[in-house]
Amino acid sequence: MAQVTSIAEEQTSTPLSSSKSITLRISRYNPKHDDSSIFMEFTVPYQKWTTVLEAILDVKKHFDHSVAVRYSCRQATCGSCGMMINGKPRLACFTKISELNSNVITVEPMSNFPIIRDLAVKFERMFDSHHKIKPYLIRDDTELESDAKEFLQSPKEVEQYIQFANCIKCGLCNSACPTMATDSSFVGPQALAQAYRYVADSRDKGKDSRLKMIDEPHGIWRCHFAGSCSQVCPKGVDPAMGIQLLRGYLLGFRS
Amino acid sequence: MRESTIMKIHYGTAIAAVALVAVHVLMRLTQGFAESLEYESVLANYKFVPYAIMLELILVLLSIHGFNGLRVILLELKQGRIYEKAVSYGCLAAMIGLIAYGSRTIIVVNMGLV
Repeated sequence: MAQVTSIAEEQTSTPLSSSKSITLRISRYNPKHDDSSIFMEFTVPYQKWTTVLEAILDVKKHFDHSVAVRYSCRQATCGSCGMMINGKPRLACFTKISELNSNVITVEPMSNFPIIRDLAVKFERMFDSHHKIKPYLIRDDTELESDAKEFLQSPKEVEQYIQFANCIKCGLCNSACPTMATDSSFVGPQALAQAYRYVADSRDKGKDSRLKMIDEPHGIWRCHFAGSCSQVCPKGVDPAMGIQLLRGYLLGFRS
Repeated sequence: MRESTIMKIHYGTAIAAVALVAVHVLMRLTQGFAESLEYESVLANYKFVPYAIMLELILVLLSIHGFNGLRVILLELKQGRIYEKAVSYGCLAAMIGLIAYGSRTIIVVNMGLV
């Protein structure tokens, strides 16, 4: 385990006058030439508003610029910076160091995803599953051709699916899912929740084709309702509930 | 067969088995435990046709439910087209084998071969 304690002369983005500091343990692994991952430790100053992502970026700026991390919006909208923070899948930009109540923060790449390098993982499998369930409205007509200018919905109809439309495809739910860890062909909670989002949309007419797609040996029936996907979602989406509601369609309790 | 149909059968067999096993347990309570396991008592159970039919039904329900459960566990353990086919057909064959062996016991007793 490598340890870096000194800080560079350059001014930090987090003021050094901060009296508080934490030890940030970052998992380092490059599958091209490493056999296994190692942890590097850095002492990083922080304020009560400092996020884990900011701490990692401080490390990149002052200690080791080669740390690989994916990020973009820094406001829990893009879903890029998902990682295991102290053993739990979280968004680094949405997790404040002060809320973790720990002097040591360990960051690792998300579970159930192949690692590109360090904290960056491949999203191909998740995006493939997402694409497979046709995440768009399926209709024969369009708003342009229809007599009505738009497809109106009542507030009750919107309530059926609106929370599932908040998904930012960060992959935290797939990372937390125990079935994803063992079944490499499992569709995953992210895609299943999105399948429900469109099946429950009153404007959509593609219910049958979507249900057919998820009704296969590695589809919806492999969910064991651990519920960990719903616990880790940073946007308040409840994929576990979506999966159960979707099962209702397949079992004939919903139409 | 679609996975939803298989799972409907899976849930249905579980519910039916719970009901029938409850009847089976209640029937056993009419005797002492040791007495109910005596050779003559067991033969008498098999020769009483309604009870033998119920035991046969429990055997069928639990075999279907159990081997489908095993199939699901094995499919989650490892993936691959050949492996998955082997697991599905293997579980089906084992299920049929177990039902045939259990049914044979009931039939042999009822035909007076024991």
